[in-house]
Amino acid sequence: MKYLVGEVSVNQQITDDIWVVRVSCEPVEAKAGQFYMLKSWDTEQTLMRPISVFKAEEGCLWFMYRVVGQGTRRMSFLEKGDAIRLLGPCGNGYPCEQIKGRVALVGGGVGIPPLCETAKTLQRNGVTVDAYLGYRDVLFAVEDFEPWCTDMFISTEKGEEGYKGFITDLLKPEQYDVVLTCGPEVMMRKVAAMCAEHDVTCYCSLEHRMACGIGACLGCSIRTKSGMKRVCKDGPVFLSTELMW
Amino acid sequence: MDNDVNLSVEVAGVPFKNPLIAASGTFGFGEEYHELYDVGCLGGICSKGLTLHPKDGNDGIRVWETASGMMNSVGLQNPGVEAFIETGIAQMRRFGNVLIANMGGHSMEDYVTGATMLSASDIDMLELNISCPNVKSGGMAFGIKAEVAEEVVRAVRKVCTKPLIVKLSPNAENIVEMALACERAGADALSLVNTFQAMAIDIRKRKPVFNNVYAGLSGAAIKPIALRMVHAVCKQVRVPVIGIGGIYTAEDVLEFIMAGAAAVQLGTVNFNNPLAGREVLDDLAQLCRREGITDINEIRGVC
Repeated sequence: MKYLVGEVSVNQQITDDIWVVRVSCEPVEAKAGQFYMLKSWDTEQTLMRPISVFKAEEGCLWFMYRVVGQGTRRMSFLEKGDAIRLLGPCGNGYPCEQIKGRVALVGGGVGIPPLCETAKTLQRNGVTVDAYLGYRDVLFAVEDFEPWCTDMFISTEKGEEGYKGFITDLLKPEQYDVVLTCGPEVMMRKVAAMCAEHDVTCYCSLEHRMACGIGACLGCSIRTKSGMKRVCKDGPVFLSTELMW
Repeated sequence: MDNDVNLSVEVAGVPFKNPLIAASGTFGFGEEYHELYDVGCLGGICSKGLTLHPKDGNDGIRVWETASGMMNSVGLQNPGVEAFIETGIAQMRRFGNVLIANMGGHSMEDYVTGATMLSASDIDMLELNISCPNVKSGGMAFGIKAEVAEEVVRAVRKVCTKPLIVKLSPNAENIVEMALACERAGADALSLVNTFQAMAIDIRKRKPVFNNVYAGLSGAAIKPIALRMVHAVCKQVRVPVIGIGGIYTAEDVLEFIMAGAAAVQLGTVNFNNPLAGREVLDDLAQLCRREGITDINEIRGVC
């Protein structure tokens, strides 16, 4: 984990509220499912913002973020050549080296991008990866998953693209050795419950408000079956059976 | 350390190589920030707020950004005094700076038992937290009324063999009266201020953001008020005062020292810039040089 200065090379709006930023920085040490604390301000905002890695490449990191408040709005103003501070990589990430066989990645909304680097890592490890991507209406990042996935399933709430309904309607956990999920809590709970029914291992990546991002402030602690855990340091990826929701 | 500027200070007989101390609750036990820089460069570190027994802390949202600051309602999540003595102290010792254990409590008995245990341990100083606004039963109550604070400090003083710092709440009925009461009761030093009791509402849910309704406000927003309180207290007490409250820069540090503080604590700024401790220290030496200050102690209380 390091505190770095990066340079923005792309910052693009891709839907109403989703943006993608490409940051040149050294070194890039991120593993699938890890995140960085980002800030594009000095002290105008107090806290850095935790954003998951979308894609990690030689000398650059991609982040996809949803504009939800003042911090992310400020980030959306970034232009090519602007500086951005990065603290990370933070958190544990998905245990890709332990995963074998056939895997389903189940993403919802802005929880989709964090699974992209995971798809790549797993595919390169010889794992068969299927992606289940659930959107509200407009698709994004689909083509980024394509090179790494065997089958892809898409849903939108009103059926603008792909299946009409929730992505969990399409998932059959019994076909998989492991299921990895990231997205709205209600979706992940459903995925976790379906996996539990079929005794399939399920990892969930949680989103949480945090202040330090490195495990010091305890601002993102959650109750788990093995006691209090810090989402930033002990997570953000947890075994679904550890969670109490 | 730059030889041409003396940054070393003394607080209650304890030498600090510089006046910067990491504030309790923002720095864990130092370990996480030590991955980013040698935290031993700081004058000292205050441990995460301890309680006699382990605590899980508060449910619900715990941190919330505000204009020029933030609110928190962590609720003293900590492993308890015993676990801290068993593992936390050794962890903090390797940094080589002043080790301050911060301890809060729910009852007079908890404070006294905890202070007794910590007195027998290898800490350098005890910072008594009588001011956490995020713990429902007690905590804050001790920090509001001077006579209640005096009683708890007196009881702790009897058993405490370490230099005793009492950390004051800005929510006290009268901060100067509170400071004088704690001094009378035997505090060796005072630190102020803790967070201001504050509130945020989620208008979409039509509910308070925090489960406890109120939470503690910190950061740059509170600095001018904290400075005023430190100044007012320094005019009235003889014991050294450690200034806390929205200190982000070397300039802020000098302001607090000119207001009379013996040392300062850096808290919220650690979240804005994880290298803040080291950077403020580097800036401080340069700033002193620029301002023609050869010994930081010479400007103390000039205002």
